[in-house]
Amino acid sequence: MRIDGKGLIDRSQPVSFRFDGNTYRGFAGDTLASALLANDVRHVARSFKYHRPRGILTAGSEEPNALMTIGHGAATDPNVRATVQELYDGLEARSQNAWPSLAFDLLSVNDLAAPFLGTGFYYKTFMWPRAFWERVYEPFIRRAAGLGALSGTQDADHYEKAYAFCDVLVIGAGPAGLMAAWVAAQSGVRVILADEDSLMGGRLNAETLTVDGLSAADWAAHMVTKLSAMDNVRLMSRTTISGAHDGGTFGALERVSHHVKDVPRGGVKETFWRIVAKRSVLAAGAIERHIAFQNNDRPGIMAAGAVRAYLNRFGVSPGKAVTVFANNDDAHRTAMDLQEAGVHIAAVIDSRADAAALGDYRLMSGAMVSGGYGRRGLEAINVQTASGTEKIATDCLAVSGGWNPTVHLTCHMNGRPTWHENIASFVPTPGAIPGMETAGACNGTFSTTGCLTEGVEAAKRSLEALGLKPAEVDLPDADDSVYAIDPLWAVPGKGRAWLDFQNDVSVKDVKQAAQENFRSVEHMKRYTTQGMATDQGKNSNVAALALLADATGRGIPETGTTTFRPPYSPVALAALGAGAQGKGFAPERKTTSRAATIAAGAPMIEAGLWYRPSYYPLPDEKTWRQSCDREVGWVRQAVGICDVSTLGKIDIQGPDAARLLDFVYINMFSTLKENRVRYGLMLREDGFVMDDGTTARLGPNHYVMTTTTAAAGQVMRHLEFVTQALHPEWDVRIMSVTEQWAQFAVAGPKARELLNGLLDKPIDNDTWPFMSCGSVDVQGVKGRLFRISFSGEHAYEVAVPSRYGDSLFRLLVARAEALGGGAYGMEALNVLRIEKGFITHAEIDGRVTAQDIGMERMLSKKKDFIGATMAQRPGLTEEGREQLVGMKPVGPVKQLTAGAHIYTDGEEPVRAHDQGYVTSVGFSPTLGHFIGLGFVRDGLARHGEVLNMVDHVRGIQTRVELCDPVFFDPDGERTRG
Amino acid sequence: MRFSGLKVLAEGLTGNKGWSPHWRSPEPKSEYDIVLIGGGGHGLATAHYLAKVHGLTNIAVLEKGYLGGGNVGRNTTIVRANYMLHGNSEFYSHSLKLWEGLEEDLNYNVMHSQRGIINLVHSDGQRDAFVRRANSMCGQGDDGAMLDRAGVKKLLPFLDFDQTRFPIYGGLYHKRGGTARHDAVAWGFARSASDRGVDLIQQCEVTGIDVVNGVVKGVQTTKGPIRARKVGMVAAGRSSQVAAMAGLRLPIESHVLQAFVTEGLKPCLDRVVTYGMGHFYISQSDKGGLVFGGDLDMYASYAARGNLPLVEHVAEAAMTLMPVIGKAKILRSWGGVMDMSPDGSFIIDKTDIEGLFVNTGWCYGGFKATPASGHTFAHLLATGHPHPTTLHHRLDRFRTGRGIMDEEATGSQHNLH
Amino acid sequence: MRLPCPICGERDRREFYYQGAAVMLDRPAPDAGEAAWDDYLHLRENPAGDLDELWSHDAGCGAWLRVTRNVSTHEIKAAVLARDVKR
Repeated sequence: MRIDGKGLIDRSQPVSFRFDGNTYRGFAGDTLASALLANDVRHVARSFKYHRPRGILTAGSEEPNALMTIGHGAATDPNVRATVQELYDGLEARSQNAWPSLAFDLLSVNDLAAPFLGTGFYYKTFMWPRAFWERVYEPFIRRAAGLGALSGTQDADHYEKAYAFCDVLVIGAGPAGLMAAWVAAQSGVRVILADEDSLMGGRLNAETLTVDGLSAADWAAHMVTKLSAMDNVRLMSRTTISGAHDGGTFGALERVSHHVKDVPRGGVKETFWRIVAKRSVLAAGAIERHIAFQNNDRPGIMAAGAVRAYLNRFGVSPGKAVTVFANNDDAHRTAMDLQEAGVHIAAVIDSRADAAALGDYRLMSGAMVSGGYGRRGLEAINVQTASGTEKIATDCLAVSGGWNPTVHLTCHMNGRPTWHENIASFVPTPGAIPGMETAGACNGTFSTTGCLTEGVEAAKRSLEALGLKPAEVDLPDADDSVYAIDPLWAVPGKGRAWLDFQNDVSVKDVKQAAQENFRSVEHMKRYTTQGMATDQGKNSNVAALALLADATGRGIPETGTTTFRPPYSPVALAALGAGAQGKGFAPERKTTSRAATIAAGAPMIEAGLWYRPSYYPLPDEKTWRQSCDREVGWVRQAVGICDVSTLGKIDIQGPDAARLLDFVYINMFSTLKENRVRYGLMLREDGFVMDDGTTARLGPNHYVMTTTTAAAGQVMRHLEFVTQALHPEWDVRIMSVTEQWAQFAVAGPKARELLNGLLDKPIDNDTWPFMSCGSVDVQGVKGRLFRISFSGEHAYEVAVPSRYGDSLFRLLVARAEALGGGAYGMEALNVLRIEKGFITHAEIDGRVTAQDIGMERMLSKKKDFIGATMAQRPGLTEEGREQLVGMKPVGPVKQLTAGAHIYTDGEEPVRAHDQGYVTSVGFSPTLGHFIGLGFVRDGLARHGEVLNMVDHVRGIQTRVELCDPVFFDPDGERTRG
Repeated sequence: MRFSGLKVLAEGLTGNKGWSPHWRSPEPKSEYDIVLIGGGGHGLATAHYLAKVHGLTNIAVLEKGYLGGGNVGRNTTIVRANYMLHGNSEFYSHSLKLWEGLEEDLNYNVMHSQRGIINLVHSDGQRDAFVRRANSMCGQGDDGAMLDRAGVKKLLPFLDFDQTRFPIYGGLYHKRGGTARHDAVAWGFARSASDRGVDLIQQCEVTGIDVVNGVVKGVQTTKGPIRARKVGMVAAGRSSQVAAMAGLRLPIESHVLQAFVTEGLKPCLDRVVTYGMGHFYISQSDKGGLVFGGDLDMYASYAARGNLPLVEHVAEAAMTLMPVIGKAKILRSWGGVMDMSPDGSFIIDKTDIEGLFVNTGWCYGGFKATPASGHTFAHLLATGHPHPTTLHHRLDRFRTGRGIMDEEATGSQHNLH
Repeated sequence: MRLPCPICGERDRREFYYQGAAVMLDRPAPDAGEAAWDDYLHLRENPAGDLDELWSHDAGCGAWLRVTRNVSTHEIKAAVLARDVKR
């Protein structure tokens, strides 16, 4: 119910919202949780396993129960904690994991069957018959899986990622964080203050304390105003620091617009930040823990501090007759605050025999709550006292088992927290995160004065570590009460007492785990699923491990904790992956001929990050094969144009350029004459082929290397490694110029004729023989011409600066068309090169040696080169290796398929008879049949042999004759013509 | 104690008071026939098969932390036999067959679920490579089939087939591939081994390996010295440290691999999907969490935790491939320490020290190998001869170049995988 | 993780390419023998502490670095240009 005159909500701004189809009213400044409580909605969710009715437990991001689905359609957002969802007009929320309705949920039958569904039951059954797991048991289990549901449609919201840098990052804007930020800000350094809440101030907004004579909330607001006026301070509210990583890097999720109905056009839903901070101050506060007793999960049983937050910040009392159950002084404030607001306090039950009342309410000291009544909403509790059991009517029980410092971030880099006996809780271990100081409640210091003081001190230490003198600031006057606690984890007694509310883990489950020898805290967690729910055990882990410690006869410190890992609270994949949806995942590299190619109707295919044309269809062509065959014919009979700019081009200059090339290629390049080109093969140091390509010598100390499209980056990095790390003494410089040059193959008998119509100075066979190169003027543009061939035809590659690429391509294609040819794509290029037995990465796939591809003779014996030694290992040189061969179909089936395996003829096509495989296949219009390249065991010596090709997955089988990989013009006469 | 539905029923009716320990917690004896260093999945599996297949039970498994606390409990639970190269192919085929009978073998439900794995195809070249792989699988007697785009769409309708950066042209479908409940695998092997008489010693760190004249004599531990006739090193990411105690250097670098799980969601992904273009693989657990992972962080690490660049890269792959999961929230991330070998394949072999055996180099693929790793390592330990499916997995293969299994074709030297 | 490039200053890990143990700087002579080459390419100390390793500032200045890093804590102790190590 709403309480008049309390809270920081804006009562002048009523808002309407819906939950499970019912319309309710709240105010601006409410969370969904506070508004539901104001409307006396207590049962809001079902638990995961037993589908028990659950209410709101907390007032923060640690909420384990009140998870809801917000919104509709593509905007559907499952598993939203009602306790952090800010209310806006028109908000639509639905409960989850209940069918057909929240009130009547069929799977709550699980709760009745609980004795048979206890800890680990599924490891012990469902094993027979074997096939039933996938067919019967698992589908049944899977139907019950999960909490909320995804919409099933693509996320239409926008997300962003960003970087921020600062000197001091302050995490948490409660009293400690505000003071730390203030000191750092006053000292002139760049400060980021981040808080997950929409309203900075932390517990100051939830308590009726005073700071410096102001109400705590007013003091916080005042500090925030002062900080926001400073240029060196960046305030990031609604921002959760999700992880602490190496080098002072923090992940952070900013919920930019979850609090508005419609995100403004161009606006983002969430931003994922990478914050780099020289120093950090963790002031993350503390999370209240529960006490386990029978039916301690009834809706209406809440954390005592959360009840205060709902009262003091939101003006809501979660009950009309409230009881409090605690083992510490702090919870008594809940009774005091409620009473002052006019709410009836039925009783305060304090497990400590010596507990004293702080106000005028009924105190039952040395007593414990042993049970809760009211399945869908608390009606009464049983209180166990020395004299017996008393049943007290109550609709809200505020429970406090003490506070757990929020140490999570300090554990993200494998730090282990330290057990602190006085507060019966874990505190951060100093130095767990390099550069991080901890202050306030997260450090186990719970008084306001203590928090303020530690905030100042933490900031000072941070500044001193930066070599700066901290500014002196006045410490505000505030409460300095002592926190006294007597640990109480579970109330002894019958029935199920819950620890992990969402996963339905009870005290009994922990004990059973110990009984079954799951004594390690990690074993217990994994066996019972304790702490594996969406709150990651924030509410229950410490109690669970205390009970495990008890069950195994060990202390809590020896029992230890499980590991807290990032993120602190869940982060949407859309935020972490912002920008990647659609094409954003990887850069798109486009050639200069792209526009003309697309205009010609050529389908573009991916070649690594590049796009290249598959084929250039003519209007009457119905299949790609028709286009491909025709393009091959053009090249063989007239002239074809192909954009080869995607090949890597590396400019190499310097007196030691030749030495470098001799060292990275297996063959010699120092002997290459100027204005000549040579094919080269490159190994990795392990002796296997890395890449191949041609390298041209443009001057005495100037070479241009070509790499394959796929390996361009790898080869460049390799050359950098050789020149910097192996031979820095060499005087040579390398530079990738792939993008600087547009390069086109002009291939076919009419290639020279075409070029001579374009070049300012005509060429002939004497001045430009095969494998020559040099500078040319192309219509007045300085370019380069290489007489090389990947088609086996009389061919050239002409290169011009990229800015002329588009116009040169159009010109070349137009001239080729005039000569009876035209542009050709990847399909034709592939057939042309297979006809000639030229290899690509389909053949040199990283596992083959120079010997395997018949290039043994190129391995120079006169020099050391990368891979030279390891290439001579026995395993790389012995008989039995699979070697490159050509293949022709000779059986009744005339088709070859890439990826098919080769088996001994006449034997069953199984591994034992496996002889090799097919790498590249094409229909050769030139030869009129399919041809293929592949690798066959000792294949170099088996030309003429007939083997069995089997493509199991495509159901194709044929007999193939092994042959020389060069199918066409074996003497290469056409290239020299 | 034998587990069954009936037993669960009986215990449920009597208050679940009768459950006994899954395994014993004995103090170590002073001497064993065989000591296994490492109580992870592979060590426990080795113990199980030594006891079951070879009748050897005078065995101790020494674990410095808790059983199954290493990579067996921190992976993405994928089980498959879709390898291509001679050696790996036979081995993983063998492993999958062991998986298929594992529940009966162990009397423990490890929830091995053959829900099918699809490796997506994004180019002609990739298709050819996958066809070669699929044919290899068929030649091995396993299942492998190629799907076209429509076939993938039918099984995985929620992928982005229209806008994604690398269009989906098809996929390699491995029907018998799937997942298993990772912890249960460790526990099932542990329970079985312990029941058969193997001593599982937790919180017992090996601090030295005793070698006299080239013969192993036992180990030094934090619980005192233990004599042994044979010692098996099965320490995964810590292999190099263990081997160093015997003065050996291994061809291993340890790297961190991260994995992730989202909050529980109603079922939306029935199969395992792998997306090679983005180094991304994903499945949905029986609890509803999307379980996924990516590539190594790509730096040597023993920290069992990673950094944001990889986290973001994985999320980016998810968003280009299947943006329908954008509002799924990552609940937890974790890291494992991977024993990376030069060629990406494992090593099960003798060492130059008599009686000292090594099982390492699992890279990021050890989980699916768990039964066969245990089975074949047990075979080697018991008989002194490699199992027929691990003939290629020699320790010296990098020196000799014989039997290199570079499944990813990225090289047989470090940091290329 | 952030690496101190001697040329560019401290930069995010994602600008760098990783190559592994810095033993790769000491390439044996062709005739150094099988064991030396096995050491160079395959066998590793693989310590759980400080490691000298090679990084390339790929998306930055292109420099190859030798970085000394604790591989258990990820703490970076030093970074020098690979070319300076060799000189």
